[in-house]
Amino acid sequence: MNIWRRPSFWMILVGTAALGGYPLITGSASTREVFFTVLMSVALASSLNILLGYTGYVSFGHIVFFGLGGYVGFYLISAQGLSLYPSLLAGGLASAALAFLLGKAILRLRGAYFALATIGVNEAARGFVNNFDPFGGPIGMSLQFQVYNEYGGAVEALWTVYRILILLTLSVLLVSFLVRWSRFGLSLMAIRENEDAAEVMGVVAPNAKTWAYVLSAVFPGMIGVLFFFKNGNVEPGDAFRLHLSIEMIVMVMLGGQGTVLGPLLGAAGYQRLRGLLLVSPVFKNIQLAVAGALLLMIILFVPAGVVGWLRRRVPRLRRVLE
Amino acid sequence: MLETILASSVDGLLLGFVYGLAAMGLALIWGVMNVINLAHGPIIALGMFGVYYAFTGLGLHPYLALPIVALLGLAFGVVIYGVAVHRVLNAPHLSTLLATFAVNMIIIGIATAAFTTTPRNVDFSLGSVSVGRVTLLWSRVAAALATVVVTGLLYLFLYRTRPGKHIRAVTDNRAAAELMGIASYRTLALSFGLGTMLAAVAGGLIATLFPVNILSGGGYELKSFVISVLGGLGNPLGALIGGLILGMLEGIIPVFMPPTWVPVLEFGLFVVILLVRPTGLLGSRR
Amino acid sequence: MIPAPHLMGTVEGAGMILQVLGVSKRFGGLQALSKVTIDLPAGQILGLIGPNGAGKTTLFNVINGVYRPEEGRVMFRGRNVTGLRTYHLAHMGMARTHQIVQPLNELTVRENAMVGACFGGERHGLRAAGQIADEVLEFVGLAPRRDQMAGSLNVAQKKRLELARALSSRPQLLLLDEVLAGLNQPEITAMVQTVAEIRRRGVTIIMIEHVMHAVMNVSDRVVVLDYGEQIAEGTPEEVSRHPQVIEAYLGDPRLAERLAGTAG
Repeated sequence: MNIWRRPSFWMILVGTAALGGYPLITGSASTREVFFTVLMSVALASSLNILLGYTGYVSFGHIVFFGLGGYVGFYLISAQGLSLYPSLLAGGLASAALAFLLGKAILRLRGAYFALATIGVNEAARGFVNNFDPFGGPIGMSLQFQVYNEYGGAVEALWTVYRILILLTLSVLLVSFLVRWSRFGLSLMAIRENEDAAEVMGVVAPNAKTWAYVLSAVFPGMIGVLFFFKNGNVEPGDAFRLHLSIEMIVMVMLGGQGTVLGPLLGAAGYQRLRGLLLVSPVFKNIQLAVAGALLLMIILFVPAGVVGWLRRRVPRLRRVLE
Repeated sequence: MLETILASSVDGLLLGFVYGLAAMGLALIWGVMNVINLAHGPIIALGMFGVYYAFTGLGLHPYLALPIVALLGLAFGVVIYGVAVHRVLNAPHLSTLLATFAVNMIIIGIATAAFTTTPRNVDFSLGSVSVGRVTLLWSRVAAALATVVVTGLLYLFLYRTRPGKHIRAVTDNRAAAELMGIASYRTLALSFGLGTMLAAVAGGLIATLFPVNILSGGGYELKSFVISVLGGLGNPLGALIGGLILGMLEGIIPVFMPPTWVPVLEFGLFVVILLVRPTGLLGSRR
Repeated sequence: MIPAPHLMGTVEGAGMILQVLGVSKRFGGLQALSKVTIDLPAGQILGLIGPNGAGKTTLFNVINGVYRPEEGRVMFRGRNVTGLRTYHLAHMGMARTHQIVQPLNELTVRENAMVGACFGGERHGLRAAGQIADEVLEFVGLAPRRDQMAGSLNVAQKKRLELARALSSRPQLLLLDEVLAGLNQPEITAMVQTVAEIRRRGVTIIMIEHVMHAVMNVSDRVVVLDYGEQIAEGTPEEVSRHPQVIEAYLGDPRLAERLAGTAG
């Protein structure tokens, strides 16, 4: 694979690892929490980018993988006493399976119809979980505090969770690179540009799209498990928030869809902005409005996002801004 | 049992009129310009608040406040079109979806700060009437009637006035309409405004039936998607019928299973229809 | 490029790379194609002509798998391919260009060409595909523009890219849909030479064309469609003298003249 030779690859991975490692060095819990949110956003946005940026399919309900995978993993930990690590994998697998089945059904819808269907799926999933007693119904599930003892106590567990998140985020970025510069990625981008023309040239679009969907679902599933494990509880309202899905899209668009760096910058930038807004008394309440205004500006004036715009304006940086 | 079903279905049917009115706005915009207005929900909510404030602040009877809310909804829609939609009208679908969603976020953000999320009640009751063994709330009957009136006015406008005919021309064949200079900015902005107007009026009617909350618009928006797909995106009359169907389903299902299953069935149905007959049960040509 | 293909089909289609057998297609009330029947031997150039709306592109769409015919069959390389998807046909060695060019805009010219090599009949990996793409781009004269975004090309260059994409899958049958449209005379001459060269390298070609002198010049045989029906078939000379053909084109007297004149 020739991604090893691309400067952008090393820059992005090493940079992310360094940034992620920062709280580990300082040992500050509050810094860790901030970085947790950022890394989580980066991972989620990058996952969505595989479907949205590379393949061109807009999923408005992508959070369903976070929620469902999270629920499955959490269930295994709290109700079945399974350890965190296999539960993580189970959550990822559950999401992947859901994406596979769902993909077969709804990926043949195009454009807006597909977007609407993803919303429908997310709402149906939330409604279903609300009624599903093994998952605790509307109340959800919570972890006994003793569970954390297996991981060296609650405080240590939080650090472990953070370290796992760093690994997951780096993994997503790696997968993002691998896909982008692979034959598979070429087929996805061909589909994005013109699905019919791609099929005429031999791309088996239904299969390619399904695999893209599956890949984009695996990591959110695992991250969901991590997130709810950290919080100690999960309930339907938290797990399937449509709003979070949209934030994921904003982050991808802000940074620049279809690149590896884009979602990363977009997620980091968005979270930073949010952080600033939440602190200011004026903007705290209208945080959503500011995000909306930001999204509108991007759509109207800079649809290629920051990275896309930079690549156009400064061609020399293209080797780096991928 | 039969009684309960009958009572529930009538109840649901009446409510379905209002659902249908709400969905009509979405369906109209979609039909004219192929845009799914994701700001639909907040506009419904604003309509609710419009009536609420007219009633509590100005002492205006809710039904009298409706025309005012309608005009405001129209104006607001025209503004949204000009600011957010026009520029991206011919861009890929994602752009219009995101642009209208951005407007959604802006409205909700500001409104939440201004109004908070405490539910308000329009304290207003028309009493009820019993027909046989079924008890009907007059306010629901009135809402259904108002819907019929508005639908009638809408069709009158679309079929008897010039701007209305222009709108229908654009819906039928946008390319041809453009060539004839009909798909002007004005026509498109008007269509969008009509769509939001219908949403606002629906919100106003909902305020006469239920407590009012800036976030409840979202629920109706989702229902509007389901209804529009049921009745055929682009077909206002289909939206009304879709609304009736949904209303009845919502009324009947809780008789047989816990009401918490309603959303699951609604969205399950939604996805199924998207897959099987995306042009809706009453399908438009799209 | 590729040597002449081994074309032993079934008894039915011995030597025929493509057989269109009684194909009919309707759209609502419109009968777009009526029982069109064509036998195409390997290595030929077949011209497909007819007035606008005659159903030529529809026929391509049926052969290529975009539409399923209501009646009739399509046999490609001896196999019944009726109703197969476009990608199946691509895997079997069929490629096509479109009347309205469809470049993959946000990809480079080279990447555009690589798609065909990667996903067509030969399924190459990225590196091999890159080499094939380079060869093909050289052949169509787009090599200097390989790293340019496809969306930034002008129309004539996009047409060449369209051709390059079709060629990079190294097809056995190439469907060209108005590949000369919008070109000026020198460009037409160059393109016709390219088409002849493609055939020389063993690819069978069907060309939809309106540029009469060009298609009559380069085709071995010509089929004429009018309102979905086959009204004539034969050598360019035969067809140009055919009364029904002249009548179908009667709206353009200069054209009728040119047809009636000669095929050279």
